[in-house]
Amino acid sequence: MTELPLIGGAPVAVEPQLSGAKIGVVTFPGTLDDRDAARAVRLAGGTAVALWHADTHLADVDAVIIPGGFSYGDYLRAGAISRFAPLMSRIIDAANSDAKLPVLGICNGFQILTESHLLPGSMIKNDHLKFLCRDQVLRVENNNTFWTSDYEAGEEITVPLKNQDGQYIADDKTLDALEAEGRVVFRYVGWNPNGSRRDIAGISNAAGNVVGLMPHPEHAVEPGFGPESNAGTDGLGFFTSVLNKIVGGAQ
Amino acid sequence: MTTSAETVSKKFNIDTVENAAKTPDTELPWAELGLKQNEFDEVVKVLGRRPTGAELAMYSVMWSEHCSYKSSKNHLRQFGEKVTEEMKKDMLVGIGENAGVTNLGDGWAVTFKIESHNSPSFVEPYQGAATGIGGIVRDIISMGARPVAVMDPLRFGAIDHPDTARVMHGAVAGIGGYGNSLGLPNIGGEMVFDSVYQGNPLVNALAVGVMRHEDIRLANASGKGNKVVLFGARTGGDGIGGASVLASESFDDTKPSKRPAVQVGDPFAEKVLIECCLELFKGSLVEGIQDLGAAGISCATSELASNGDGGMQVELTSVLLRDPTLTPGEILMSESQERMMAVVTPENVAAFEAVMDKWAVEYSWLGEVTDSGRLIITWEGEVIVDVDPRTVAHDGPVYDRPFARPSWQDSVQADTFTGSVQDAGRPSTSGELAAAVTELIASPNMCSKAWITKQYDRYVGGNTAMAFPDDAGVIRVDEETGLGVALATDANGRYTFLDPYHGAQLALAEAYRNVATSGAVPMAVSDCLNFGSPEDPDVMWQLAEAIRGLSDACMELGVPVTGGNVSLYNQTGTVPIHPSPVVAVLGKLDDVARRTPSGWKEDGQAIYLLGTTAAELDGSEWSNLRGHLGGLPPKVDLALERQLGEILINASRDGMIDAAHDLSEGGLAAALVESSLRYGVGARIALGELMERDGVDLFTALFSESQARAIVSVPRSEEIRFKDMCTARGFAHLRIGVVDAAGGKLEINGVDELSLDALNEAHEATLPKYFG
Repeated sequence: MTELPLIGGAPVAVEPQLSGAKIGVVTFPGTLDDRDAARAVRLAGGTAVALWHADTHLADVDAVIIPGGFSYGDYLRAGAISRFAPLMSRIIDAANSDAKLPVLGICNGFQILTESHLLPGSMIKNDHLKFLCRDQVLRVENNNTFWTSDYEAGEEITVPLKNQDGQYIADDKTLDALEAEGRVVFRYVGWNPNGSRRDIAGISNAAGNVVGLMPHPEHAVEPGFGPESNAGTDGLGFFTSVLNKIVGGAQ
Repeated sequence: MTTSAETVSKKFNIDTVENAAKTPDTELPWAELGLKQNEFDEVVKVLGRRPTGAELAMYSVMWSEHCSYKSSKNHLRQFGEKVTEEMKKDMLVGIGENAGVTNLGDGWAVTFKIESHNSPSFVEPYQGAATGIGGIVRDIISMGARPVAVMDPLRFGAIDHPDTARVMHGAVAGIGGYGNSLGLPNIGGEMVFDSVYQGNPLVNALAVGVMRHEDIRLANASGKGNKVVLFGARTGGDGIGGASVLASESFDDTKPSKRPAVQVGDPFAEKVLIECCLELFKGSLVEGIQDLGAAGISCATSELASNGDGGMQVELTSVLLRDPTLTPGEILMSESQERMMAVVTPENVAAFEAVMDKWAVEYSWLGEVTDSGRLIITWEGEVIVDVDPRTVAHDGPVYDRPFARPSWQDSVQADTFTGSVQDAGRPSTSGELAAAVTELIASPNMCSKAWITKQYDRYVGGNTAMAFPDDAGVIRVDEETGLGVALATDANGRYTFLDPYHGAQLALAEAYRNVATSGAVPMAVSDCLNFGSPEDPDVMWQLAEAIRGLSDACMELGVPVTGGNVSLYNQTGTVPIHPSPVVAVLGKLDDVARRTPSGWKEDGQAIYLLGTTAAELDGSEWSNLRGHLGGLPPKVDLALERQLGEILINASRDGMIDAAHDLSEGGLAAALVESSLRYGVGARIALGELMERDGVDLFTALFSESQARAIVSVPRSEEIRFKDMCTARGFAHLRIGVVDAAGGKLEINGVDELSLDALNEAHEATLPKYFG
């Protein structure tokens, strides 16, 4: 007899002290993956706090996730309108402050972070011009950021990728600087799914508190509801990393 | 000629009710709007005078085939009549509302519906397909539910026809572009290529939503003095006359083109509308709600008013417009997307407005509910519509269209595949059989659909437990308990062409089997009946037979039809499509963790074939590949389907099987390849015992499409228990092989070795080859 249910049964180790950490999840009009990001925070042991784009305060959260979707319908340019939301000003200030608010931008969230100039470069349409949804292998190039410390350097993880405007571009000088400073956090492995420069899937700011990536770690946190490889929970490390960072105090 | 002062004060010459009464002989363009003479005469009789221009617009769209079901209504009644107590048990809302609602237990309810958007998707594939998703999703919201997933059964012309790529690229991009932007996972569907769909592709869309029992909302306007509000997108000139002319008439080169009447979608506006409506429901801020789809404001006002207990008064100039030049008739007929109409009590007006403001949704108060029993629409205070809303929404014409078994049906059924010219050189050697398997799984209808499905987001929401290419899509409803639903859609136009009564039953049987294969208990049915012109007695016979067959089969399987849609006039000139009743079945899983995937993984597990195989090649994919269509479709045995379903469900619940895949198009050959390619794990198969038991040769064993069959993989430790269960139920079961994780191949005795790499390449290469 098959003892374990086929999906949903793998235990998630949660350290009790993590639940006190509050992670804000921002919703814009057109945001789609906000519930998923909140679920990922909960499964990692933290407390998810809903933040509304029009809010003018950060509700004392310890970190912020800007989830994926099509905020403002991607009108004008993905992330271009959301960047001007009142809450974004607070997030930009807090991320750049000495407190180094940890911020994770996923997919549309990454696009919003580049539009906000918290991260360099930009995203354009995939080189094949189609929306693409697939399980994507990434290599963790830098495990010294606030969001990747629970991974091994060089570890390969599989998380879903799903977007139409996922091709990361920047000028060579910027790309060289990112490489030199170790700010390329994730690279696509095996196949570059959208033509991103130097196979870049995700980057960080210099302090390592702000990370953006196109693939979706929040869709790889529960066995049976994510990719079919490695139990489908490779994304959980993003959320445990930041929770451990918060609970362990600033470095 | 009017004076200039009058022209300025009135943008249009408004045809008031008063004016209509005074000018009975005014010529009206009723024929251009799609009404027949007898229908126009009926409108005059109902009103006791000629209709105003605005009234004519309303009646013409609401009495169109698309909105009134005038040709199918007399037959569709069977879905409501052939219902047992067992079938009613879990039905919370039945046919007639925006979508049916089924009880899931634990206070949860689920609503789902499938609809067509065929004609617009031929004219303008991207927008046609996109707004098809938009419309069906709004039907789900109107019931008070949160939409949680979509599916899309698609039928295109021949894969190598130059126009097919246009429709395919547009429709797939439209479904993706709209659905992906709504945050709704796309969990399955169908893809069929056949030249009969060349000028009439079928783009059907299904949406499913979930809610708590107390959140169920209905479309009615009750309570005198309650306010009527229109919210969402502004009203523009798009889609005017779409329902009346596009969806209710055949395309014909000899008539003037009416094709630009396709709506344009804005998924961002719809996503905001979804969230905004759910917030309204949460606060209990609306008394009744109705989405605006076909026939726009005409439909929403007349349906809300006639389903309520009184009347309604509406000032049409209050409608927010995208195009200020629209006439009253055009405003009433516009099918602009992403709009909803609601009825709100005066006490809730402020709270309603606060929700609109939060989501930056535009709204305008149009009028209120009255107790007059009349729907009265004014333009700057002057009455331009004064009707009994029932006459518009429910009392349209109903036709008993003549139908007769086509004269050619007998000769088609007599032309069996076996022994036909096309059957010459039937594969028999091990090499020929291997080549045949490869040809089959690379063929347009059997090849991998990944080119399509990878353009759809299947992850969003985090509740997708299963999606394509498995037999059914599975969505978790309750994160605490794992309660969930499974959905599958199926139709086989070729079977239904050969025998409409049984063909429709086979569509239901397959969808039912797919749901049971996933481990879910089938509960409810929604159908999208795609047919040619009902004015052709041959087609009308196909429709009548299909409805009779489907309703009989629903009763036998104990699953009620809770809603659906009829799409007629799918024909070019006098050539109709194959009759294509697309049947969606919804099932329930107490815990989605127990869902059964279609591929095997564990080395050494036993592979069993459930059911028996007869020589049934007529209408099969193999005969299709050889260019033959004739004979009789596979035999239907619904009692056997029900038994098979119970075995699959029990085996899943009790952990006796790790994989299950239904046998349908392409037979055992297709199923074995698909189950092997699902996780890239092969198998060793021997069919000698099967051939002896069922009296069939190896080719027939592999390519016959006999029904009520499935293959399963059984852990060694469960084999005795599994066999005992099948034996106790008297259901045919046979061990045909074993999972072979190391070999990298599918080995079938008597067939040359098939490497998984080669099979995978053949399976995956077809769509990219044609569509890039």
